Amino acid sequence: MTNRQIKQLAYEGLWKNNPIFVQVLGICSTLAVTNLVLNTIVMCAALVFTVSLSALTVSILRDFTPRNIRMMIETLIIAFYVIIIDVILKAYWPQMSENLGPYVGLIITNCIVMGRCEACAISNPPARAMLDAIFNALGYSFILLIIATFREVLGMGTFLGFGVPYFSGQYWDKWTIMVMPPGAFFVLAIVVWTFRTVQMSQEDKKK
Amino acid sequence: MNLTSEFYHALIVCISAIFTQNILLTYFLGLCPFIGSSREIKSAIGLGAAVIFVMTCTCALNWLVYHYVLVPFHLEFFRFIMFIIVIAAFVQFVEMAIDRLSPSLYQRLGVFLPLITVNCAILGAALFMVIRDYGFIVTVGYGLGSGTGWFMAIVLMANIRSRLHNDAIPKGLQGAGITLIIVGIMALAFIGFTGVLAGR
Repeated sequence: MTNRQIKQLAYEGLWKNNPIFVQVLGICSTLAVTNLVLNTIVMCAALVFTVSLSALTVSILRDFTPRNIRMMIETLIIAFYVIIIDVILKAYWPQMSENLGPYVGLIITNCIVMGRCEACAISNPPARAMLDAIFNALGYSFILLIIATFREVLGMGTFLGFGVPYFSGQYWDKWTIMVMPPGAFFVLAIVVWTFRTVQMSQEDKKK
Repeated sequence: MNLTSEFYHALIVCISAIFTQNILLTYFLGLCPFIGSSREIKSAIGLGAAVIFVMTCTCALNWLVYHYVLVPFHLEFFRFIMFIIVIAAFVQFVEMAIDRLSPSLYQRLGVFLPLITVNCAILGAALFMVIRDYGFIVTVGYGLGSGTGWFMAIVLMANIRSRLHNDAIPKGLQGAGITLIIVGIMALAFIGFTGVLAGR
């Protein structure tokens, strides 16, 4: 693969076709963990791992997969990697495993993983499929980290558990709503709005 | 625990799954089909009804599979694959059965059934039931309540969105953006139910 092609894939995954603000996919299972930055980082790492490796596997097996049962096979491949993550977290970081609760398992039904397998991996060679998956997962992660940062700083006055000057002080009235579910919806809506507007104005300029 | 108190517990879990712990508004599950299919009231009702049915049945099935197959063989870590297979097989089976028995119902509900396999709310409900250690009757109540909660949320949303057609919404906010803001406000309203029921 040439440098140019890699750049093209990165541009598509991170910006032009971003899973969150363009496709609005896979927000279900991960929005719940964005109340703390640390949870989000772990969740995003798990997602990058699952998406890239399952895209790679699907792509390697693409010539041997019967067309009509491919969804089932893709699901099983994804579930395999998710189980690995679940077992590792339970063994080495039980606290985090408890924090994330059922959301680790829910990566299986995360639409991005399935979407990347269906849209790219099933019809492309392994290297391309894996890069495409990684960039999409990173595009997804960076939006979630933005959301998590806003929610943790405004809601608890901390970042990664450490106090942030001013926000953790007595002059800042903590926005409890940010820690609760509605806060996640509002921040996500604002992020989607901002990025879409920027994207639209960019496209207008090109014309 | 005797049977009466078990049923009582199931009722409480069911009601709290609808109002105070709504699966969509507090746990963010099933958000993708929610945003995608809440444009029309008719399809929202169809999808919601299918979710209630599938969620109640698969929760019960998964409870049986988990407690009578996975736990005795110490295969708990295998539950993700098992649950997904049970859900996919059940949905496929129901689709074929409805197609054969009632073509008119199939026309209304059939198109939504394949969508449900990848609905995270269904798998999420099954995982919650394992984590919270529910009994069988309580699990059925939980499945029913979660499904009903999801149904209510999507029907309300479709009604609100059908009134937005003629409103001037900023271009970047159209579609997903405005839907998320409305869901946020709905979630805010549902927080008002907190404390109505104590305990899960």
